[in-house]
Amino acid sequence: MESVMNSSRNKLNAVFISAVKQALPIVLGYLPVGFAYGVLARKAGLSIDNTVIMSLIVFAGSAQFIAVGLLASGASALSVIITTFIVNLRHLLMSAALSPYLKKWSKLQLAAFTFQLTDESFAVHSTRFSNGDTDKSETYLINCIAQLAWVGGTVLGIFSSTLITDVKPMGLDYALPAMFIALLIFQIKDKSHVIVGLVTGLLSTALALGGAGQWNVIIATLIGATLGVAISWTRD
Amino acid sequence: MDQRLILVTLVGMMAVTYIPRLLPALTLSSRELPPVVVKWLSYVPTAVLSAMLVPSLLAPEGMINLSFDNLYLWVAIPTFAVAMFTRNFFGTVATGMGLVAAVRYFIT
Repeated sequence: MESVMNSSRNKLNAVFISAVKQALPIVLGYLPVGFAYGVLARKAGLSIDNTVIMSLIVFAGSAQFIAVGLLASGASALSVIITTFIVNLRHLLMSAALSPYLKKWSKLQLAAFTFQLTDESFAVHSTRFSNGDTDKSETYLINCIAQLAWVGGTVLGIFSSTLITDVKPMGLDYALPAMFIALLIFQIKDKSHVIVGLVTGLLSTALALGGAGQWNVIIATLIGATLGVAISWTRD
Repeated sequence: MDQRLILVTLVGMMAVTYIPRLLPALTLSSRELPPVVVKWLSYVPTAVLSAMLVPSLLAPEGMINLSFDNLYLWVAIPTFAVAMFTRNFFGTVATGMGLVAAVRYFIT
């Protein structure tokens, strides 16, 4: 009996350590970015409560920055909500891409998991899941640690908002690009992925600069994934 | 600023953020998808990561910048190399952040 308890405790420890390890790069990215958000939201005039609530219930990096900017400029509630919808619509594709791995999950489990689906957690989970790494507790733990870092960064930013002006020391602003680089490389399975990555990246840049606004990521991804299928067809 | 109106806005933001996160997983995970759709979805991670990353490297300030003062772009090259050759997540992130910090500290 004792050995059973010991082994289950060991397994729990192992899951916890593994989750912390995988969440660590997200934490390193979220703390400074969440911090920057907390500073900016307070400077823009959001109350402390609302600043924290946004990180708790919306939990979407770039959309939170954009919303703060819009609210500061006096935009209407409706335009803030519509902009948020467009900015975050890319999660539709991410949720769809993870769905083949989520067959054994109940509806409630899916509801809990997808609430914390962000660019960064998607990147980590899509790599994990495709390696057959689908442990549910580990998945939830990674998400919770990530959101804890996001909310924690927000709170630190709120407290520092009267002191801090520069939010780019120590290269912290490069944590998320560096993380995307690592996760992108881990996704490359063959030459078709290299082509899809290059074309989609350049297309997204061209669209962003060409006035596609926040649609660049979604449009480029739709075209890029279709290109991938076309390449794999011409191969077979 | 009317903080109560902002709170209402936040609830609206939550709804329009959560629904696209939830619906595909909820509706697609319970059914067998045609192979072509599965194939298409398998390219989404590569595509969406590139679509988010590349503009931030080529045009971090909203304009294409290929000159040497675009730190984000040039640091990306060794960062990519570390990711490719070590396959180490944390090492890659540390390399990128460390190089950005070092260049800012020693050069600019």
